Amino acid sequence: MHDTLADVEPLVYKSQINVPYKWWAGETASRFFIALRDEKKILGTRCACCGRVYVPPRKVCPSCFTENTDWVTVSDQGVLLTYTVARRQLAALPGKAPAFFGLVKLDGADTALLHHLGEVEEAELRIGMRVKAEFAANRKGTIRDIAYFKPVQ
Amino acid sequence: MGGKRVAIVGTGQTYHKSHRPDVNGQELINEAVRAALQDAELKIADIDVIVIGNMDHFEGINYVDCWSVDGSGGFMKPVIKLTTGGTTGSTLAIGGYHIVASGLFDKALVIGWEKNSESDTTGAITTAFDAVWDRLVFAGAISGLAAEAQGYMARYGATDRDGARVAVRDRKHACNNPHAQLRKEVTVEQVLASPMLSDPIHLLDVCPRTDGACAVIMASEDHAEKITATPDWIWATASRHTYTYLGDASYGRLDSLAEASQEIYAKFGIKEPTKQIDVIELYQPYSFAGIMWIEDLGLIPHGKGPEYVWSGATDMGGALPINPSGGVIACNPIGATGLIRCAEIALQITGKAGARQVPDVNLAISTGFGGCFWSDVILHGKRKPDVPRK
Amino acid sequence: MEPTAIIGVGMTSIEANKVRDTFADMVWEAVGKALGDAGMTIDDIDNVVTTSNDFWDGRTISCMAVGDASGARHKNVSCVEGDGTFGAFYGLTRILSGAYGTTLVTAHSKGSESASSLITNAAFDPIYARALGMDMITASALQATAYQHRTGTTAEQMAMVSVKNHGNAMANPLAQLPMDIAVDDVLQSDMIADPLHKLDCSPVSDGCCAIVIASESRVSKYPGKPVWIAGVSFCSDAYFLGDRDLSRARSLSSAAQRAFAMAGIANPAAEINVAEVYDAFTYQELMWLEAMGLCEDGKAGVRLAEGDFHIGARLPVNPSGGLLSGHPVIAAGLIRIAEVVKQLRGEAGAYQTPGARLGVAQGVNGLCGQSHCVWVLRRDK
Repeated sequence: MHDTLADVEPLVYKSQINVPYKWWAGETASRFFIALRDEKKILGTRCACCGRVYVPPRKVCPSCFTENTDWVTVSDQGVLLTYTVARRQLAALPGKAPAFFGLVKLDGADTALLHHLGEVEEAELRIGMRVKAEFAANRKGTIRDIAYFKPVQ
Repeated sequence: MGGKRVAIVGTGQTYHKSHRPDVNGQELINEAVRAALQDAELKIADIDVIVIGNMDHFEGINYVDCWSVDGSGGFMKPVIKLTTGGTTGSTLAIGGYHIVASGLFDKALVIGWEKNSESDTTGAITTAFDAVWDRLVFAGAISGLAAEAQGYMARYGATDRDGARVAVRDRKHACNNPHAQLRKEVTVEQVLASPMLSDPIHLLDVCPRTDGACAVIMASEDHAEKITATPDWIWATASRHTYTYLGDASYGRLDSLAEASQEIYAKFGIKEPTKQIDVIELYQPYSFAGIMWIEDLGLIPHGKGPEYVWSGATDMGGALPINPSGGVIACNPIGATGLIRCAEIALQITGKAGARQVPDVNLAISTGFGGCFWSDVILHGKRKPDVPRK
Repeated sequence: MEPTAIIGVGMTSIEANKVRDTFADMVWEAVGKALGDAGMTIDDIDNVVTTSNDFWDGRTISCMAVGDASGARHKNVSCVEGDGTFGAFYGLTRILSGAYGTTLVTAHSKGSESASSLITNAAFDPIYARALGMDMITASALQATAYQHRTGTTAEQMAMVSVKNHGNAMANPLAQLPMDIAVDDVLQSDMIADPLHKLDCSPVSDGCCAIVIASESRVSKYPGKPVWIAGVSFCSDAYFLGDRDLSRARSLSSAAQRAFAMAGIANPAAEINVAEVYDAFTYQELMWLEAMGLCEDGKAGVRLAEGDFHIGARLPVNPSGGLLSGHPVIAAGLIRIAEVVKQLRGEAGAYQTPGARLGVAQGVNGLCGQSHCVWVLRRDK
């Protein structure tokens, strides 16, 4: 900065952007969440061309670019592909640290679902361990209708 | 290898609506992309690069070009995002042009989109303006535009009635456009009777909020004529994103449009645009702009806008039709809007404009507007340009 | 690709909080330095591309803040939202298109002005994932876990990246965090999200960079020492983290292969003399080196432990100190380019790679390195 301004106290203004959002889930995601909420079922869509089963479901296969009209129910159990434990109270965390996150490839799906892990000790976590969805008692049609994935005993 | 001439070989748009609850953003994008691919008779595998944009705060998604690859077809392809506010759509068209003209890519898919229904438009736009100097007094896009109209009216004695005549024109034109959101005519009296938002802008003078997407496929000269018998050649592009602070702008003269269009006219020796240009898709976010900005485009002398519009010269069937699509006041998915202007001109040049076709289109202009009185201008031609692009 | 060159570079210092500078002030400083470096005035600039991000800046149309400071008022101008490497790419195409002979490219951000955890949380899908409360750090931690599992890379090897880069920064007067540390310092630092300790993570910084790109015919008109653009490519992977094998960076491999092919480089591991890569986290430096073919797959940690990639080794990586020593997002990739330019000109002072002729700069967009842009630069035409 210019020397003539060296003695000027730099002012700081605090603010917040207040833009409320309402995101349309679209029909595809809506069907997924209604099944979670009402039936505790996890759905995916299968591409008729390449056969991949997508969870979360996709309206259009990103590789083949054709509409996926086959809906399949995948298992609520699967394999933990990777995980982490957030120890620091990062601002985005929904609750108190530590928070456990993982990618779970459910049986029947070709892609993995990002979610919380629960009822598990840090020392137990292993890539390749089997985990199962624990549904929330009070479900509203959001991704947190699954409360977390816990180890299969 | 570079310095290629570039043509639009296909376009696609969604049927724009105020709300699209049946799809999320990337699904909306996908509709326009698949329509464009169908128009060009190409597959996504034929596309070499994706150029995409929107205004982030309207959908509240960061790194949104990364987020939308499922819909854009960007999986394992080069994807780049351009964004410049309201001019985003035309900025994208200009981006696609340079990226293909560079010779590094043969076929580009250019995508503009917005789901304005998902956010508070004014809340999101307000943050465009400087937090220290302008934001606390700025009251949304409309107030800035109203101040501009007031500047013009004070100088030339025009009234809101003149703006209303433009609204009547564009809303009538939109009835020929199956993609437009608002497809009902209005009368001058109805416009003037509609609620005053910010003097002299009435509700029916101003653009709606829209969910929509537009995709345009551009190809280099080595490929364009193999893809389509009727390419729309991009002759030149120009941008002036002139101001940062609201107080710097000239209220009543759109300097940026004047500079950008003059640059293009000078390149091609266009001295009488009303004779040499066959149709214009003018990014006109509110009706009164259609009175003023045609002067900045050099069509007529300053102060003569109202007379020119009232003469019917800019209506379908007139000497120089403007906004055969119905323009922005019939439809405004902001990140797409400038690209829709470009796509609509492509339809005009290639004879694919259906009920809104202007006859014998050889040279045409699409523009973009946004930010702090910024402008983009694109010159399109039926003939391959034979002058150097510099 | 016709010969084009970077003939001027300029950057601000990288700091935790540039409390005296607005975005425009930073751009003004970087642009002034770049023009001075090139021996040009703003009138010699034919067009401008700025690079910024609306979320990081807290400003819709974030480019508006820097239009005047980048000299764009009466020029053709555009804006890329993404890492600076992508902005520079677009600036390059505007020359190759034949439209302009010189492009000024800027890239900026001030991480100090916002909450990075919330800003990067906003990159998550609002319907399927945002409510889970993840951010760039926890996402990268998932990737680091997967990468360690597949390759056997150890926490110590990751820590060595931090030791190396902070140590390199001691010779870089513009770096934010020059530090003389040891592996144990990294391993003892707070665990943020397993396996990432605090010293495995880059800071979130303020900074700005500008470069001038020129066509072959314009290069000779200015005194700025040209560094030639031999190859550029970029590529995006899938978006959903669960659609990808996070332990691999296939989009980077694709981009790197194309960039090296454009440059006529058959064996990058042997031919590249210096690399500035996107080390937002320690494991990323190792992953990106492998994905680009600058090192055998899965072996970067082992090679680093053996002494590779240090200053003085055959292929120094991040001799400037990298992002671990200062990370203004968006500007980050453009700074990588500028640092390689300095190396190839022989102007990197105390952290110079002697005799460097070929260099790589790499930038990243999106979570866990979804999208990459690779630049190959050459000292000689």
